[in-house]
Amino acid sequence: MRFMLTTMGGGTAPDEKMFAEMGRFVEELTKAGVLLATGGLDQEGTHITSSGGKITVTDGPFAEAKEAIVSFALIDVRSKEEAIELSKRFWKIAGDGEGDIRQVFGP
Amino acid sequence: MTAADAHRAIEAVWRLESARIIAGLTRIAGDVGVAEEIAQDALVAALKQWPQAGIPPNPGAWLMTAAKYRAIDRRRRDHLLERKLEQVGYEFQVRQEAAVFDGAADFEAVIDDDNVDDDLLRLMFIACHPVLSTEARIALTLRLLGGLTTEEIARAFLVSEPAIAQRIVRAKRTLASKHIPFEVPPENERAARLSSVLEVIYLIFNEGYTATAGNDWIRPGLCQEALRLGRILAELTPTEPEIHGLVALMEIQASRTRARLGPGGEPIPLLEQNRGRWDQLLIRRGFTALLRAEQLGRPPGPYVVQAAIAACHAQAHTAEETDWAGIAALYATLTTLTPSPVVELNRAVAIAMAFGPARGLELVDALTSQPALKTYHLLPSVRGDLLAKLGRSDEARAEFERAASLTNNARERTVLLERAACTPGPPSPPG
Repeated sequence: MRFMLTTMGGGTAPDEKMFAEMGRFVEELTKAGVLLATGGLDQEGTHITSSGGKITVTDGPFAEAKEAIVSFALIDVRSKEEAIELSKRFWKIAGDGEGDIRQVFGP
Repeated sequence: MTAADAHRAIEAVWRLESARIIAGLTRIAGDVGVAEEIAQDALVAALKQWPQAGIPPNPGAWLMTAAKYRAIDRRRRDHLLERKLEQVGYEFQVRQEAAVFDGAADFEAVIDDDNVDDDLLRLMFIACHPVLSTEARIALTLRLLGGLTTEEIARAFLVSEPAIAQRIVRAKRTLASKHIPFEVPPENERAARLSSVLEVIYLIFNEGYTATAGNDWIRPGLCQEALRLGRILAELTPTEPEIHGLVALMEIQASRTRARLGPGGEPIPLLEQNRGRWDQLLIRRGFTALLRAEQLGRPPGPYVVQAAIAACHAQAHTAEETDWAGIAALYATLTTLTPSPVVELNRAVAIAMAFGPARGLELVDALTSQPALKTYHLLPSVRGDLLAKLGRSDEARAEFERAASLTNNARERTVLLERAACTPGPPSPPG
């Protein structure tokens, strides 16, 4: 099962120690065959709305940093509980903040 | 948190950690059976304590520590027993380093992170040891490295639970009685031992891949388990091209999962699949793994060649764009590495696609005398297809009918009989 783990902006600012620990964690997940893809997102981005055939494009930045997704990890695990457990390990390193765990349908 | 939630969470932690725990314990206990028993004890302790006390902040470490204490206790007991036996004059043989038991050092040794990778690799090698039957290797691998329960393995392989349990018990006993060392095999045995591991992983994958019947998630789940094991092994032995070849092959095959079954569960042949449903992420991972294999600059082994064939298909945006000449050449290489009439039949198909049905038919005709293919339905099926393309309808029809009589798959039989019926009959005699 695939899960998309996302984190919102506005959390603990990373320091060197966090970078090192996160690096080790990512390496471990890669070695365990779990991590499929990961990346950080530009907070500003462009918003697009489609309504009644009218498409509106608005450039960011938008409201609150903590409402925007700033990073994601696509993982391949055997159950939702495994995704939650790995997400807990991530947050133990990342410190304060919030995010979501969503199953990706398909393979 | 309800008890059921806690159990599911514990199960998840167990599946994430059990292989590493068992691997670490095997090194100090010197026996996979004992190691697994100790690890299971730790799991039972977690199942007892966590639902009440809550899940500890670092559940993996909790399990590891609990298991270690038990291992050390056991060593201490065995050691005392040994001394007692010596006192009464018995000879007691201890296989592992029998010297002086040093609790603290052993304790540290189990959680030695630098060793964890080596231990995992040793565990893979011992679970796939050639002294065991193929079925035993598969069951033991899923049990020790996949963290699957006996019941799950039984369901996955459509075998009864007691049969699997017995298979695992026997396998552990064999490893103990033959004193199989917990080691990464020495250089001279390495290639053969590695190919045994790769074979087990690929068999697990194929068991899941061919599981089209039933709704039980666990059978298709075997593909994912095999991929996971393959990816782990690739990181543990990055200088072995064949492991990257196997991973590439599995990633690319798995990329077609969504496209290979129709809405009614009927298999869709590769060339008729909707390529838009192929998983590009897995294809890309497959290409990366294949590249890693090729960059090692060694002559390709069978998995690398099969992955390269799979990559040719994955690269073609439409079936018509397939590089058949390239595929035919790869099959020719594969024939030299693992000679088999089935591989030769595949080569004939590729040759026919690349250079025309007449060239393919020549090769297929040469195979009709092969005893190994006597009851292989794909031989008359391919031959019928080529004959039909060449306009030899009567012969084609007979081949399709023959193929239909040989297949065990009802759906396939229907398709073959339909083809026979659609092949035009002999022209009506002039009236």
